[in-house]
Amino acid sequence: MPIRCEIVSQDRMVYQGEADIVVLPGTAGEMGILPHHAPLLTTLKYGIIRVRARGEEQIFTVAGGVAEVQPEIVTVLADAAENVEEIDVARAEAARKRAEEALAKVKPGDVDTLLALEAALRRSNLRIEAAKRFRAGKKPSYEE
Amino acid sequence: MASAREMRLRIRSVKNISQVTRALQAVSASKVRKAMAALIGTRPYATKAWQVLTHIARQPGRDTLHPLLTARAEVKKTLVVVITSDRGLAGAYNTNLIRLVLRTFGNWKNDVCFLTIGRKGRDLLMRRRLNVTADFSGLPAAPSFVDVSAIGRMVVQEFLDGRADEVYLAYTDFINMLRQEPVIKKLLPLNVENGDGRVENFEAVRTIPAAYTYEPAEREILDEIIPRFTALQVYQAILEAMASEHAARMSSMRNATDNAIELIAGLQLQYNKIRQQSITNDMLDIAGGAEALAQASQMQMAGGKHD
Repeated sequence: MPIRCEIVSQDRMVYQGEADIVVLPGTAGEMGILPHHAPLLTTLKYGIIRVRARGEEQIFTVAGGVAEVQPEIVTVLADAAENVEEIDVARAEAARKRAEEALAKVKPGDVDTLLALEAALRRSNLRIEAAKRFRAGKKPSYEE
Repeated sequence: MASAREMRLRIRSVKNISQVTRALQAVSASKVRKAMAALIGTRPYATKAWQVLTHIARQPGRDTLHPLLTARAEVKKTLVVVITSDRGLAGAYNTNLIRLVLRTFGNWKNDVCFLTIGRKGRDLLMRRRLNVTADFSGLPAAPSFVDVSAIGRMVVQEFLDGRADEVYLAYTDFINMLRQEPVIKKLLPLNVENGDGRVENFEAVRTIPAAYTYEPAEREILDEIIPRFTALQVYQAILEAMASEHAARMSSMRNATDNAIELIAGLQLQYNKIRQQSITNDMLDIAGGAEALAQASQMQMAGGKHD
């Protein structure tokens, strides 16, 4: 019996469907959720969510958030999430460049801006990496 | 009565105004659609986050409530987040909200301070010498969650530091294109037990037999999720307010365009009358002149015969 999986980001529903296993990047480590898992709440770090259903795997990037696991459903409340197939690599590269340039110009002491830019940089790095590694046609590698 | 030239100028200027108002109406119409789409986009997250919160709150053997969920015994300071527009020409949109805010908090039982989003509201409140402690005017036209999450963080911080014992949101609720209603809603402390009526379909809310495993600790997770949810509510209120603003501007601009068209029709009629009048006068002059000429030459001819 499959488990239901829903991934929502603050601006839209990213994915909903059935899955045989969902692999989440928890703050305390990666965890695979199978159907009938015990109730669990975890925060997520920057990383990859894998949703496998009937032998097919879908991969999402997630930029932190919270996941709730119930025996029949996994709910991911992501700060930002995206299907790897939807990533616009050119845009991500541009964003990375912008963030790097801005980061070089940050005044010392301006912690808020610094943190925001670092987060932006981490986000674009994650998206670029994910797109490179997991795009359709390329064999996914499992060592992380 | 004005001269025909003056009338022509007036008609032209009214026509120009009607063109501007019509353009603004069209722009607002497209902005309403965008704001509505953004608003609908936040709903799945809000619904899910609310469910998770409810699940946590209804758990057996739960620890003491998170401070953001706990009502304070004594309320000394109230913070009100007032969301209005940066620009005018939106009919009674801003004044309606400010009137509600003043009616509600004018004689409030304790100290009230305001956090404003939108220049119009800030100016109206400052003019009344009310205590505006922070201002976040000049948001981008289509704010993303990241743009406004700072506001949510600040509100949460004010509450946790004890500078505010309760926080209200005042904004204009978007009901449909023709109806927008100013509302005041409590933001903090968050009342999980009752829901707030906005997040629809609670179908998936279950009471869970077994307690959650938390990873990391319960407190840390709540520290993550509750401020985020508060920020999301602020974000949603801003999107509601923006959709309302554009809808209000659209209908006020439609009224303005309709008025201008009516005015043009009236002026045109008057102008035609004046023009006709002057033509008639000219004709009378010419006819009179011709008559006089004819009489004169008749006299001459008669005189010639006489000669």
